[in-house]
Amino acid sequence: MYGNDFSPPEDAPGGGLLGEVEAAEAALREAAIRSRRGGAPEPGVDLEAYFTDVIEADQKIEPRDWMPEAYRRGLIRQIAQHAHSEIIGMQPEGNWISRAPSLKRKAILLAKVQDEAGHGLYLYAAAETLGIDRDELVQLLLDGRQKYSSIFNYPTLSWADMGAIGWLVDGAAIVNQVPLCRCSYGPYARAMIRVCKEESFHQRQGFEILHTLAHGTPAQKAMAQGAVDRWWYPSLAMFGPPDGDSTHSAQSMAWKIKRFSNDELRQRFVDMCVQQAEILGVTIPDADLRWNDERQAYDYTQPDYDELMRVIKGDGPCNRQRMEHRRAAHADGAWVREAAAAYAARRAANNMEKVSA
Amino acid sequence: MTGRYDFALRLGDDALIAAQRLGEWTTRAPEMEEDIALANIALDQLGAARLLLTYAGELEGAGRDEDALAFLRDDREFRNCLLVELPNGDFAVTMAKLLFLSAYQLPLYTALTECGDERLAAIGAKTRKESAYHLDHSSLWVKRLGDGTEESRRRMQSAVDQVWPYTQELFAADPAAPVDPAALRADFDAVVFPVLDEATLTRPEAGWAPAGGRVGVHTEHLSYLLAEMQVLHRAHPGANW
Repeated sequence: MYGNDFSPPEDAPGGGLLGEVEAAEAALREAAIRSRRGGAPEPGVDLEAYFTDVIEADQKIEPRDWMPEAYRRGLIRQIAQHAHSEIIGMQPEGNWISRAPSLKRKAILLAKVQDEAGHGLYLYAAAETLGIDRDELVQLLLDGRQKYSSIFNYPTLSWADMGAIGWLVDGAAIVNQVPLCRCSYGPYARAMIRVCKEESFHQRQGFEILHTLAHGTPAQKAMAQGAVDRWWYPSLAMFGPPDGDSTHSAQSMAWKIKRFSNDELRQRFVDMCVQQAEILGVTIPDADLRWNDERQAYDYTQPDYDELMRVIKGDGPCNRQRMEHRRAAHADGAWVREAAAAYAARRAANNMEKVSA
Repeated sequence: MTGRYDFALRLGDDALIAAQRLGEWTTRAPEMEEDIALANIALDQLGAARLLLTYAGELEGAGRDEDALAFLRDDREFRNCLLVELPNGDFAVTMAKLLFLSAYQLPLYTALTECGDERLAAIGAKTRKESAYHLDHSSLWVKRLGDGTEESRRRMQSAVDQVWPYTQELFAADPAAPVDPAALRADFDAVVFPVLDEATLTRPEAGWAPAGGRVGVHTEHLSYLLAEMQVLHRAHPGANW
């Protein structure tokens, strides 16, 4: 039903990156087989040094293992924000479900948004292994005390935005997340493997939407180019501030949560997109984009980091709207959640009576 | 009197409009699990609509595919029951609609598997499994809400009262149809009544029986729904997506 009748060339979206995901999955299995430490460390062992050894050996930290408090807190923050991004990220695309231009596209979009909700749940579950519960995290989001990805504060103004989001936003997400498949915290690494596989599929779908539009009527071509023009720099900004300004980077790299710097990943993304843009038949809106033979990479214009900071702080085009929407859904559903809890409690009490009778 | 084309169109339109309404819930559900469930059900309904409309287009023989039928007909040409076009309302209204729709679709699709038309039989075989899931999901929620808190019970009863009259249109007799809807009433009652009882809800009296969907005379809601659903497709005649 949702199959792609379009088969992109080998190095088109997903191709090489999906291979990396599979390699990470194999590495994860190997790490598990190398029965690493015979259970818990001996009493009296220096836990900090033990933790460092495990990280050095590229083995995984699991929920019951000792870990530095800052490692735990940093991971909770990162995984929760990742989960929030999936949930808020349903809104820009959800905006076009009712207006999708064909039944096939409507089905694909519905399935995609559903996947995103699933990723959100999966990530919340990974965060919960660190000793916090989902309700707390959701409250932190609703109170504006935890963030979600800046990209979802941009509006979806045309159908082509569904293509641009798939190609660029999901593309950037995959480039960011593939290295996380090897991150030192086991539950997060496993979540990322699953998420990346689906994201890769989504990216192909976005690529296919744009490809169809870019080869369609003049109005469709204009729609495709307009979407790429609007989403290019916000997608580049998804990799975060330049390395010099990134607050969490050094520690995250040492703990093998992050494995590449923001700028390294951004460069990888640009290099990937340039080739794909040619296949798509769209222009990347950067007059200074050109191949640098010396660096064996593309030179490109940096996104506007002041804009990124404004959006992160709450002043992007849709921040207020996205938060209001999520708060309204949460508030409107309160009576339903209360009913479900009351019903479950009554059933449990009835069962207890039956047992004791 | 109904030919197979009209019959497939009716069922396809029911599923399509139901999918459109359920899709509106995306990002608005009371909990994240429910966001997934509603999108899932919308997707099932949409899948059924695509199979049925594609077949209807073939039976008609005028070269209309699923998209021509979905996006290029006006409200007076739609044949869905009024129940599915009613606005979502609160979560209780949506669950009342889904309970009644799935309690109608399940015996309908089941009967289709033996109707003698191979295509319809195959569609019935696929969709009845999905309807069983929809029925299970909506039954559970009607019970939870009916037998939940005072507030949820008030809302669930009000939803059932509000939506119930529209169920009668579903069972208008049509002996010429591949499955006579009148024959499904007993199955519907046998499923719905125990759910309402277990939910501690009062079964509404029969009375006002709005109808007209099957002949293209709809509520005021459908035209707005179609305006939104069709806007992009109609703005680009002949385009590929």
